[in-house]
Amino acid sequence: MQFALLIFESPEAFAARNNNDETDAYLGAWRAYHKALVEAGVYIGGNPLQSPESGTTVRIKEGRRRVQDGPFADTKEQLGGFTILELPSLDAALDWAARCPAASIGAVEVRPVSAEYLRRVTG
Amino acid sequence: MSEGNQESAHRTIERVARESYGRLVAYLSSHTRDVASAEDALSNALLAALTAWPRDGLPQNPEAWLLTTARHSLIDLIRHQQVALASEPTLLLLREGATEAPMSVNFPDERLKLLFVCAHPAIDPAMHTPLMLQTVLGLDAVRIAHAFLVSPTTMGQRLVRAKTKIRDGGIRFEVPQERELPQRLDAVLESIYAAFGIGWDDMAGVDQRGRDLAEEAIWLARVLAELMPNEAEVQGLLALMLHCEARRQARRAPDGRFVPLSEQEPQKWSFPLIEEAERHLAEASRRGRAGRFQLEAAIQSVHAERARSGRTEWPAIMLFYAQLVRISPTLGSRTGYAAGVGEASGPEAGLAVLDGIDPDDVSTYQPYWAVRAHLLQRLGKASEAGDAFERAIGLAEDPAVRRFLLQRRG
Repeated sequence: MQFALLIFESPEAFAARNNNDETDAYLGAWRAYHKALVEAGVYIGGNPLQSPESGTTVRIKEGRRRVQDGPFADTKEQLGGFTILELPSLDAALDWAARCPAASIGAVEVRPVSAEYLRRVTG
Repeated sequence: MSEGNQESAHRTIERVARESYGRLVAYLSSHTRDVASAEDALSNALLAALTAWPRDGLPQNPEAWLLTTARHSLIDLIRHQQVALASEPTLLLLREGATEAPMSVNFPDERLKLLFVCAHPAIDPAMHTPLMLQTVLGLDAVRIAHAFLVSPTTMGQRLVRAKTKIRDGGIRFEVPQERELPQRLDAVLESIYAAFGIGWDDMAGVDQRGRDLAEEAIWLARVLAELMPNEAEVQGLLALMLHCEARRQARRAPDGRFVPLSEQEPQKWSFPLIEEAERHLAEASRRGRAGRFQLEAAIQSVHAERARSGRTEWPAIMLFYAQLVRISPTLGSRTGYAAGVGEASGPEAGLAVLDGIDPDDVSTYQPYWAVRAHLLQRLGKASEAGDAFERAIGLAEDPAVRRFLLQRRG
């Protein structure tokens, strides 16, 4: 079954991406983590997201478009990316979440992909 | 009631709960096999103590007071639940105990039976350690869940399921017969060691949660060694854990950097713990039956020798690992053997051992990649070493280990 690892990162972690330092330890840890996922044959896909400030949130209220500059929720740690993994169990997903470089400085939420709802949506 | 009295009552309750929890649960559940009810009864008794002791003063024998109160509560619980197992003889037995004068209560230690029940083959092996931590040591499900990386709800449900199995599945509260003892004891030892391993991996020395679990595991092993003084492997396990525990302070530099064993300063090791470990290891070898835990303890003992001799006897380590692989060919022992061979006979020989392990088995096994990276680097194979480092870094959970490997890779 598929699991999404939702990566939550601090403003500092987002800021560190901009220093373009190829020897940055956090970047190095992510490269290694990605490689370990691929080599273990569990990686389905995923993407890092740009900083929360780059987000724009849209709602339709009373038939009108309400556009808000910034992310949906105003919290210290923000969604910084996601990874989709194919794994036999939640326990295996939690093991991979614990190895994620963001787990020790931010947080990683593990959510099973809802295959059932996907079928209802896609028909 | 003065605040001082209240405080001392609370401290006594905490101490008695900590020291007697397992003894009381084991005894209360040994007739009914109903561990969950025994735990409920004991927590009712502890709650009652929180009110009664500060008000009436500490009982002369707090443990006996808890036992008597828990028994009354257990009788009530069983009556209410009308559990099928609450046969008349059981109730009679409980009632007899409950009417005894609390001061004279002297009850047998049934913890050994409880340990064997927790690690019974009919119980999901993944639940052996959590069950022990809860029933013998009184750890709550939230803390256990935390350590095992599962949600508290999930852990709570699994524990309930396991206890129902114990109650209804016909698992007997007994020390196994001689014939099946080695295998059954092995399951008990494995579960204790698993608790220690979790505490150990959990960023030793910095994370209080991890340290606690390692200490709990040592506590369990001490209980077991006290209850089964003639079992060599019990002594071996205790020696192994004490050796590792002795190095806790040395595993991290003051700035939090990870320090590998070969670079640790021996003066930072705890010599009282090393001495205690050596005593248990000597005791084990007098029993004359080698086993997995004794061999692992012997390997750690060779490492500890460096404090005196200033050098590591790698050939001895290699030999102990070779024996270990023979009796217990796990990924861990084979990787350890490769590391020993790498130091004793050179990196090429070490790599040859690693190459003998099926690659499919090691795709998520971090130590394999760390050893491989180290050996390749020593051979000057920079690019292959870099790949192995990458895998080791990607599979590491501990950020300090990750940083260390990133630095080593260069």
